[in-house]
Amino acid sequence: MSTARRIGDVILKVDHISLSFGGVKALTDISFDVREHEIRAIIGPNGAGKSSMLNVINGVYTPQQGSITFRGRERRDMDTYEAAAHGIARTFQNIALFSGMSVLDNIMTGRNLKIKSNFLEQAIWFGRARREEIENRRVVEEIIDFLQLQHVRKTPVARLPYGIKKRVELARALAAEPSMLLLDEPMAGMNVEEKQDMCRFVLDTNDQFGTTIVLIEHDMGVVMDISDRVVVLDYGKKIGDGTPEQVRSDPEVIKAYLGAH
Amino acid sequence: MSDQPGAHGSAAPDTFPRLLLRHAATRPDAPALREKYLGIWQSWTWRQTATEVREMAMGLAALGFKRGDHLAIIGDNRPQLYMAFTAAQALGGIAVPMYQDAIAAEMTYVLENAGIHFAIVEDQEQVDKLIEARTALPGLEHIIYEDPRGLRNYDAPGLDSLDALRERGREFDRAHPGRFEAEVAAGNTDDVSVMLYTSGTTGKPKGVCQTHRAFIMAARGGVEFDHLVATDNVLSYLPMAWVGDHLFSYAQFLVAGFTVNCPESADTVMTDLREIGPTYYFAPPRIFEGLLTEVTIRMEDASRAKRWLYEKFMTVAKRCGSDLLEGKPVSFGNRVAYALGNLLVYGPLKNTLGMSRIRVAYTAGAAIGPDLFRFYRSLGINLKQLYGSTETCAYACLQPDGQIKLDSVGAVAPGAEVKIADNGEVLVRGAMVLKEYYKRPDATAEAIDEQGYFRTGDAGVFDRDGHLKIIDRAKDVGRLANGAMYAPNYIENKLKFFSHIKEAVCFGHERDHVTAFINIDLTSVGNWAERRNLVYSGYIDLAGKEEVYDLIQSCVESVNAELATEGELSHSQIARFLVLHKELDPDDDELTRTRKVRRSFIAEKYAPLVAALFEGRHVQHIETQVKFEDGRIGAIAADVKIRDAKTFPAVTREAA
Repeated sequence: MSTARRIGDVILKVDHISLSFGGVKALTDISFDVREHEIRAIIGPNGAGKSSMLNVINGVYTPQQGSITFRGRERRDMDTYEAAAHGIARTFQNIALFSGMSVLDNIMTGRNLKIKSNFLEQAIWFGRARREEIENRRVVEEIIDFLQLQHVRKTPVARLPYGIKKRVELARALAAEPSMLLLDEPMAGMNVEEKQDMCRFVLDTNDQFGTTIVLIEHDMGVVMDISDRVVVLDYGKKIGDGTPEQVRSDPEVIKAYLGAH
Repeated sequence: MSDQPGAHGSAAPDTFPRLLLRHAATRPDAPALREKYLGIWQSWTWRQTATEVREMAMGLAALGFKRGDHLAIIGDNRPQLYMAFTAAQALGGIAVPMYQDAIAAEMTYVLENAGIHFAIVEDQEQVDKLIEARTALPGLEHIIYEDPRGLRNYDAPGLDSLDALRERGREFDRAHPGRFEAEVAAGNTDDVSVMLYTSGTTGKPKGVCQTHRAFIMAARGGVEFDHLVATDNVLSYLPMAWVGDHLFSYAQFLVAGFTVNCPESADTVMTDLREIGPTYYFAPPRIFEGLLTEVTIRMEDASRAKRWLYEKFMTVAKRCGSDLLEGKPVSFGNRVAYALGNLLVYGPLKNTLGMSRIRVAYTAGAAIGPDLFRFYRSLGINLKQLYGSTETCAYACLQPDGQIKLDSVGAVAPGAEVKIADNGEVLVRGAMVLKEYYKRPDATAEAIDEQGYFRTGDAGVFDRDGHLKIIDRAKDVGRLANGAMYAPNYIENKLKFFSHIKEAVCFGHERDHVTAFINIDLTSVGNWAERRNLVYSGYIDLAGKEEVYDLIQSCVESVNAELATEGELSHSQIARFLVLHKELDPDDDELTRTRKVRRSFIAEKYAPLVAALFEGRHVQHIETQVKFEDGRIGAIAADVKIRDAKTFPAVTREAA
């Protein structure tokens, strides 16, 4: 699948990250890197520290030790606003949409950082505000087309089934035109058909826009099928790293996760 | 014939490419095609359409597409795909539209039979299928796709985008000036323009070869019959491989020059319908049925006051709506009540359905239930029936305005000759009769008799006003063991007119009595169950509920009561029935792509159930293979219950 797609240099590197909440050690001495245009998966059993790792990458948590190097700049921790401004977007494990708003409006919120006009200009709907709205609406419509959400464009999110809501979340993340996309269990709780659709969309996103994708996933089949490289965490420690084939045959990983029974 | 619409000066154009060029020359800036893209309706004028067709045609020519070659066209209704028809025809080629939801294995047969070397398709889904089919058919050299999404990294030989094809066409056009004009001029009205594959209720599909003359004649007849004009609008969302769509959205589009609108996606048809507000509409009965079911369900969920209003005024509409539509005398009181109803109920309802502007609507392809038909007509929607088949360009009989009868399919269409053979079969003659079945001289000889009449295979009779009434498929009409006539379709249609019943399959030929398989309608029965707090986990569970059996039994028994009054058919009352544990599906070959039941196939597949019906058992275990949409195969097993239904003694009207 990845033969035609050019995987570039390392754009994100985490070194010796340790994170603890009081006495609980969430992450211990984790290092790995993400290359441009690749699909990188983080797997591990419940409580392994996968979501914490994602939260460190986009600056929600500040690690006690270690450093993050993003696009050549090394820093102790990432600032959430800076992460977004530098093109890192994410989705959440639990759906975090504005449920009273339509699909279209929800996706439009993803364009927030791209809107330069001020509150007053927007209030009177004139000049720059209007031009920007038209431009942004076009981008959003392209994403609606890309993710096949046309039929629910004007539907309030609260009325949508779970699988579609997940897709709307992805759409909102894409609206920011991210260079890196962090997906926290994008397929959790979906049926087979919804999972297949989601896989398709993740691959298409990567293929069409060259977006680098870091995803957490429980479903081993999905991970092995779509990712280029996999990091395996267990109890906050890294126990494996490599291509799906390498990881699958790693005795350490088999013991901890895959071949538990 | 009177003067042709859209034609001025010299003789009317007699091929589709010439029709297109005529429109582009006489009304270049009028809208020809529209498609909703990125949330906005985008238009192509006649001039733009002609230009794109020219580029496509020249691109095909550059790739080596020759006179007489076949071009496969696969995808949802898209302006570019409609243009592909004309592009192929401009070069003297033949368009072969195929059902877009067919799986690769099904496509292989048609691709091979038609000897396809060139295909223009919509998107990655179709490209994947063709690449799969190509392993067995190396002759399929060129696959052109419209939507490049997901196809960037494909490097299959001969695969190219439509944009690249048009670019190639522009270059070729510059290098070969006059070639396009010469190709169009070389076209003959008696050339085959399109090959439509029959749905194949029996055996393999056959390619029906239709000429420019046939479809233009049928289109012109329809256009004049219903006074269609260039400012009309249609929404085309039915499969392009279906003869109905080809007549309405292609042949009549080019003859009358009206605007064809393509929906954004298959899921947005209802919204798009409302936005476009078509003036001319065509759909098979199941679409009208689906709409009515939805309206009924939503009304049941409405507040009590609204429900009361709806029921009150629907009674008024039922009483005088159709009479008003047909211009028959209606009392002053009824007129006032109807006008009020129009303001409060019918108008808003029609608006919701996207039917506010409809002048003419047609239904065909299957029998339509009298209640369903009456419902739309009583709202003031001029819904009519027509009769025809793929072999007659869907054109043989039409219902004239003001002469609508529920049980007939109308009077003989202008330019057609229809007669009934001695065995009751309907025969049709005229320019719209097929030229031949592709590579099947045996089938052609069997279908067209020495005098040029096409055997439709339908059994029918003419009534006193010269309107045709279709009873059943001629070969399906059988005899019960006691010798009484047995028409399975006729009974199945009566059953299907209940909103709770989606499909029915009857058995009874050379048997003592008639039995039936029933498929419940999940939307309708599901809603009914919810209303009664009946818990169910899925289709199989719901279909097996005693309460559902009670519901279906009441439907079956009211059909029996009706049949009891119909003379010889009173022997065809349904003695026993069962509710099938799975939905009949074209993917499992149980229905054709146009959703007609394949009775003999079903009888074979479910032989234990048929046996159980006639042997008087009350429960039968069965295991069935099912094919999922992604092509995987699974199995479902169930114990299917069988019920006896009450039958009624025959009633003779004359005696009463």
